[in-house]
Amino acid sequence: MSTTETTPDQSPEHAGTGPAISGARIEFDNVVKRYPGQDAPAVDSLSLTIPAGEIVMFIGPSGGGKTTSLKMINRLIEPTSGTIRIDGEDVRTKSVDELRRRVGYVIQGGSLFPHMTVARNIAIVPKLLGWDRARINERVDELLDLVGLDPAQYRDRYPRELSGGQQQRVGVARGLAADPPVILMDEPFGAVDPITRQRLQDELLSIQRELRKTIVMVTHDIDEAVKLGDRLLVLEPGGRLAQYDTPENILAAPANEFVDDFVGSGSALKQLTLSRVSEIELTQRTTARVGERTADALARAKAAGDAAVVVLDNRNRPVGWWFLRQLRSETIGAGDREKLVTVDERATLNDALDVMLTSSHGGAIVTGERDQYLGIVDFDSVTDHMRAVEQQAAAETEAAAAAAADAGAAADTEAPA
Amino acid sequence: MWDFIEDRHREILYNGFQHAYLVVLAVALATVIAVLLAVLVTRVPRLAGVANTLSAIGLTIPSFALVGLLMPATGIGATSSLICVCFYAVLPILRNAVVGLQGVDPALVESARGMGMHGFAVFARVRLPLAWPVILAGIRVSLQMSMGVAAIAAYILGPGLGSYIFTGIAQIGGKNALNYALVGTLGVVVLALVLDLLLLLLGRVTTSKGIRV
Repeated sequence: MSTTETTPDQSPEHAGTGPAISGARIEFDNVVKRYPGQDAPAVDSLSLTIPAGEIVMFIGPSGGGKTTSLKMINRLIEPTSGTIRIDGEDVRTKSVDELRRRVGYVIQGGSLFPHMTVARNIAIVPKLLGWDRARINERVDELLDLVGLDPAQYRDRYPRELSGGQQQRVGVARGLAADPPVILMDEPFGAVDPITRQRLQDELLSIQRELRKTIVMVTHDIDEAVKLGDRLLVLEPGGRLAQYDTPENILAAPANEFVDDFVGSGSALKQLTLSRVSEIELTQRTTARVGERTADALARAKAAGDAAVVVLDNRNRPVGWWFLRQLRSETIGAGDREKLVTVDERATLNDALDVMLTSSHGGAIVTGERDQYLGIVDFDSVTDHMRAVEQQAAAETEAAAAAAADAGAAADTEAPA
Repeated sequence: MWDFIEDRHREILYNGFQHAYLVVLAVALATVIAVLLAVLVTRVPRLAGVANTLSAIGLTIPSFALVGLLMPATGIGATSSLICVCFYAVLPILRNAVVGLQGVDPALVESARGMGMHGFAVFARVRLPLAWPVILAGIRVSLQMSMGVAAIAAYILGPGLGSYIFTGIAQIGGKNALNYALVGTLGVVVLALVLDLLLLLLGRVTTSKGIRV
């Protein structure tokens, strides 16, 4: 796919009808990211052009390198090789701080600074850019208005006095503060309830209609991607571009089996909400006890070929899921059980996939009664299960058809008698 | 007892002031040192254990012993006292500063960097204010402890109320021995309470309303 060419009708000079495009074009040119100590690259020769003024959604399973790709745009992560250009200019030509002040950055939950008021949170980048106070105050009120919060009421509040949805709105306002041409969003609506999420999505679309920035958003939610994206970038595990196209084209003509599996035709998606985790055969990974010697756990994990261990407390409840490289202390530490996301065995596969996609382990810990550890559900077991269900369904329809045909044939043979 | 105080009230006030001055100076210095060390420790995760062990060991050294050890190196007088008090004052603050800085959500730090804050701004405007309540708790512990240590440091002719305690001990059995010891001890206690109250007020003023408990 030749995606490095510019799309002529989308360049800022040809704004056409509607509000002028204030966004900038972003080009990835053969970008590779390889983390030290890992054989497979996280992002593998990614080349694409994001036209100015569009929303592009990066979507894929965890390990697909979507967040890595996003963070390479504002150089929170530096590519191993290749070039990223914003409006034709290599992102490495200016200083990293200068670049970041021109690229809005919004992350999950808004990530507001709890010790600053709403107004000060929004004012961060304008202050770094040296705007005068009057201009900053005016801008803060304008932005609060834009995201649907009454400035007089919310300007001087602290983040903890806001609901999750309001915090996220302020986060978006903060990202827009210095009117950057490009805004990066890393799963911005991942931490709010579905109803609020839907409202925030709608608001973002209406803001975008007005501003026409270039927005790059990482999501794990295919519905969100289809809803918000002018284009979707589907990444395969190993950070390879699987497909880059409009949502309509991707849904109608998936480029390969992976994309087909990932976006899921309607029936498969429905299947996810119909099946429960308990119907799936769980895989067992290396486990360790809190307080156990780390060396012992490492040895077991290496023998089993696992890259991570599940840490259980004395009541058999999972408290942590650590990559081997994270295990540095002498004995296994307790970790925070509250922070570990697990799925109950009665959860739907849809929920489980949700957890799996946000987990960096490509799986989810399954718990049973009283949060006791049962095993791991991973992508393979889910897809296997769905395939089995599909085959069963196909076999059943076939059998039904055959039975009908048999009956018909029997009727035929009987008829002359 | 009352006559004793009345006869010497100017001197007692002066010594009390000196005592407070020594402690405040030492704790202020210790705060700077501890926070700098904590920054270093949080940069290099392996140092965290070392720092904790060292501060645990440091606290087991009897202050009287340290005073004795410092004497040949730095002589007698105010400087030695300051070093001695400062040494102990660093330990609780360091511990809390490490915990406080480690407790700052990495997502906030990344978010700050992603908005184009440079390294020092991230520290001064995000990490330090967020860790501040925890650090301040360490400072309060440190201040209380330093009050006692400063009294011991009077043994090497440091300034402050400790000299009354040592005079009392030296004159044991004498007419004013108990008065000396009591004035020294009670003075330290009262001063400690007053300074703690001031710190509490300082904490109110310097901790953002957004993170106040």
